[in-house]
Amino acid sequence: MRRNPLWLWVAALTAYAFLYLPLLIVVLYSFNDSRLNAEWVGFTLHWYSELFNDTGMLAAARNSLLIAVTASLAATVLGTLAGLAIHRYKLRILPVLAVTPVAMPEVLLGVSLLLFFNLVFRPWLGLELGLWSVIVAHITFCIGFVTIVVRVSLLGMDESIFEAARDLGATPWQTFRLVTFPLILPAVMAGALMSFALSLDDFVITFFTAGVGVSTLPLEIYSMIKIAVTPEVNAVSTVLMALTLGMIVLASRIHGKAFKSTGA
Amino acid sequence: MNSRLGRWVVSLPPTLFLLLFFVAPSLIMVVASFRFPGEYGGLAPLVEHGQWQLTLETYRFFFSDFIYAEIFIKSFGVALATTLICILLAYPLAWLIARSPKRHQDVMVLLAVLPFASNFLIRVYAWMIILGPQAALARATNSLLAVLGFEPVTLLFSPFAVLVGMVYVHLPFMILPLYTNLAKHDPALLDAAQDLGANAWQRFWKVTWPLSLPGIYSGSVLVFIPVLGMFAIPDILGGTGDILIGNLIKEQFLGTRDWPFGATLSLMLTLAVLVLAGLAAWLARRGVGRHA
Repeated sequence: MRRNPLWLWVAALTAYAFLYLPLLIVVLYSFNDSRLNAEWVGFTLHWYSELFNDTGMLAAARNSLLIAVTASLAATVLGTLAGLAIHRYKLRILPVLAVTPVAMPEVLLGVSLLLFFNLVFRPWLGLELGLWSVIVAHITFCIGFVTIVVRVSLLGMDESIFEAARDLGATPWQTFRLVTFPLILPAVMAGALMSFALSLDDFVITFFTAGVGVSTLPLEIYSMIKIAVTPEVNAVSTVLMALTLGMIVLASRIHGKAFKSTGA
Repeated sequence: MNSRLGRWVVSLPPTLFLLLFFVAPSLIMVVASFRFPGEYGGLAPLVEHGQWQLTLETYRFFFSDFIYAEIFIKSFGVALATTLICILLAYPLAWLIARSPKRHQDVMVLLAVLPFASNFLIRVYAWMIILGPQAALARATNSLLAVLGFEPVTLLFSPFAVLVGMVYVHLPFMILPLYTNLAKHDPALLDAAQDLGANAWQRFWKVTWPLSLPGIYSGSVLVFIPVLGMFAIPDILGGTGDILIGNLIKEQFLGTRDWPFGATLSLMLTLAVLVLAGLAAWLARRGVGRHA
């Protein structure tokens, strides 16, 4: 192993500092007893009590959670099916359909769905934009991520296990239930968690598909940043960061266990 | 019979969903770009007095005023600058991780992408604090400028702030593919180069760098394309003059409500992305072919 030169350490540590300092500043100012994000005045939990009494913010958090759970469940089912279909049947169109929404700038999916919902769903079905349109939009961009993860895990597998199952007389459904599914389960779970996190984080596509009545956490944060910055933004950011960190720790545990139980 | 049934059961639900919510909206967007704007925003009726109401007006409008081409060029410039700065920042980090002992690599990668797990808007907002007029950075910069006899500057709501935000948000997309590439390099190649008398710089420039080009290409695609369509960062960190394609598109749909023009702009952006993706695929293939 070669020793790393000093300049490389300095450059890399600068990059790490660049990544972490901004977030540390947000956390720090969430405890600052001042309306301005400028000088350190003193320690307070005022912004957190303000946050937990902010009914608009709490309603937005509820919406975000509802959207993320629904969208990630649906995207996991559809994405897993797409990954299996692409792997098994050498399809041509489905891979392009599943991955393109992931590869395009988000604003394009956002505005095309805005047009679609307003021109088709509103006049023909009488549906105004709302929670449902956000959920549908999130499913659309999450499918690709699940598809990719499932497909990659299938590529790494030995085809002879599936042949063995067939030779032993298993029906396609039995092969799937007893062999394929347990093997791809870690990938399916990883895809589900990824979709959940992406849906919870999404601002751009939600911005175009939410309509007027519905707010999510990112939309709420956006309007606070645009209209009146108070340290409550720092408090909600800190809470979100703590939750995300907790989720990552949990996910890595589940993932580790799933890997062990399948022997992968 | 059973396998054909299985094929439909597995592939039909995702295909139908994506045809309905991805392909159909995209086609509607294409048609919308040829339609007339409605009297109160939105779209005018497609068929009126028994005639199809279609026009090339929005395309003529796009090319009639240089300001739109200018915003496209500016967006490409910002995307290019962001990509280059990301390469400069990500390369040393990815290289250091790839050269570290195997048992440390996972943790170092995790540390590099962990900030990315926090909400996108929070990461942008953090720079509002850092670059804000009351923050230490702006005050220090301006007292330094005052000593040197220059006018004070505003850091926030400027092209500089937009660029910083873009780099910060997209950096992990460069770190990951670069690391994946660099970690696969065979250290024996560097030993061989050293034995043949190459110095540290030559070993980097003649061995490591050319081998890492595929990683740089994929990182660049992952950074360049999202930056090209980004509207939220200029919206939050930029001034009124710092709008990019994404802001222009957003404005047509939510502000002035000129949907046909918004659809035209979206198609132009789609076209630009497709050309770029094709170019990147070609570059990657060429690079792999040469070094395989």
